[in-house]
Amino acid sequence: MNLYSTSLPKETVWYFIRKRIGFFLVLSGFIIIAAGSSRLTGFSLIDAFQAIPRVVSWMFSNLIPDKRAFERLPRILEKLWDTILMSVMSSVTAAVFAFGFALLGSVTTKPNNFFAVFSRATASINRNIPVAAWAMIFLLTFGQSSFTGFLALFFASFGFLTRAFIETIDETSISSVEALRAVGAGYSQQVMQAVMPSAMPQMISWVLYMIEVNIRSATLVGLLTGSGIGFMFSIYYKSLQYKSASMVILTIVVVVLLIEYISNSVRRRIL
Amino acid sequence: MSSMISAGTTAAGGAIPQHHHVRKGRIVISKVTPAKLWLRSVLAVLVFFTLYGFLTIDTAGADLPASFVQTVRYFWIMFTSPRAVASHFGMSQSAGGFPVFLSAVKVLGITLALAFLSTLTGGVVALVLGLLAARNLTNDRISNTIKGIVAFIRAVPTVLWVLIFAIGAGLGAVAAVIGMSFHTVGHLMKAYSESFEELDEGVIEALRASGAKWPHIIFQAVMPSSITSILSWTFIRFEINFAVAVAMGAAAGAGGIGFNLFMSAGYFFDIREIGYITLMILVVALLMEVIAARLKKHYQPDAL
Repeated sequence: MNLYSTSLPKETVWYFIRKRIGFFLVLSGFIIIAAGSSRLTGFSLIDAFQAIPRVVSWMFSNLIPDKRAFERLPRILEKLWDTILMSVMSSVTAAVFAFGFALLGSVTTKPNNFFAVFSRATASINRNIPVAAWAMIFLLTFGQSSFTGFLALFFASFGFLTRAFIETIDETSISSVEALRAVGAGYSQQVMQAVMPSAMPQMISWVLYMIEVNIRSATLVGLLTGSGIGFMFSIYYKSLQYKSASMVILTIVVVVLLIEYISNSVRRRIL
Repeated sequence: MSSMISAGTTAAGGAIPQHHHVRKGRIVISKVTPAKLWLRSVLAVLVFFTLYGFLTIDTAGADLPASFVQTVRYFWIMFTSPRAVASHFGMSQSAGGFPVFLSAVKVLGITLALAFLSTLTGGVVALVLGLLAARNLTNDRISNTIKGIVAFIRAVPTVLWVLIFAIGAGLGAVAAVIGMSFHTVGHLMKAYSESFEELDEGVIEALRASGAKWPHIIFQAVMPSSITSILSWTFIRFEINFAVAVAMGAAAGAGGIGFNLFMSAGYFFDIREIGYITLMILVVALLMEVIAARLKKHYQPDAL
């Protein structure tokens, strides 16, 4: 489509030209920031493009589990089980606390504005401190253990779930809470008979999502706090036993896909 | 979701339930639907695993109550008297507070730059894949193949991708950006292709009928109608990538503020510096959350 040879009115042509100029300005803005960022970090797009095929072909020849890796499978699975437990525990425990805070923070059920602001601010601070930072902080006081990983995942999940639960309660419970309030139900009755039944399926769905996220984060937290499957990977990786490390990766992939599948099919049934 | 809401409100006291009986003057709603049964079983399983987990978790012999008290004390120190050690940020010992702050900002800038680069790289790839994966623009086979590959890529945690690429490219920005781009592609491809799929089928049909080819349809109909949602999703991913970049600095040698955090917590045991770094990260993350919330409200009022 050539704009300049058509018989369009002049204003229309100018409109398109302005639009194109705007587009190119935005594009060059992005390119300038990208160039600056590359300089600052030492990133090079050419290096990246050269690295990808090299690493991918390396992966296909080296990241294949060998006999030794299979012998190590029981130990890997044991650590994997710890990691799954850690993710479930942190998600469920965080959900219990998050439900309490969500009741305080939700427009529908807040007792007063002070608690609402307090709850939302606490959740926001929790959520915006990255899980890596939580892990490093707890590493100092609790040492190198699964419990440290649990705490890191717990605090990051708590912030996220509180916000999700507040939105869920506001979306699903307003009308039923109002109905109960109108007939003179007390606060605990409103929570037990209106909020719980109407918001529960959606909240469980959020907990399942949190478990999925935490399984992935648990690997990272494990690397940092020396626990679970992340620690196993780190041991094999640092001792250059890539074939055993690939076994760890494969088991993680299987677990992540399996948990996604389970939680999707559960979600379909409860929602 | 709407079916869930209506089911919920009905059970809670909207319409009169069909199966109820009166016992001791109370109305007892005793209808157990399959959905409720599933809900209860899932709850029971989750609670069981959690309790089992608490009974068996490895604490490495830490004195838990004492550690909790210590943690609270540390948090107090972190938030009330944060400060950075000049030499940890590449400054001479005699440097004042403000120059050290500036060099910490520069280190924070490295983390932001990593997040920006991986969002941009991942976004461009996701745009192409998103077009190929949108059901209204291609056939089901291509769409399903791409979605399958991306599901696999997403199943490997980012930190492992970064470490795998570090073997070939060395620890640093190249490995970090490639690794972080992978999950960015997975996330954004889904978001983009869903926003492409929202486009009215009639528009595509009309263009096709007037003889427009695939690129015309993309650039004249698909892109203009979804550009705002594309930009806001990309920003949301940028926000996520900032936290990921902090983590990669700490766990995968990507540099930036995450690496400083790793050093002060893992080697210097300097709780005041951890506080300084955490507060800097927190301020940036809060700022981005505010912007993202505004964008979300503007462009995706019905998004989760």
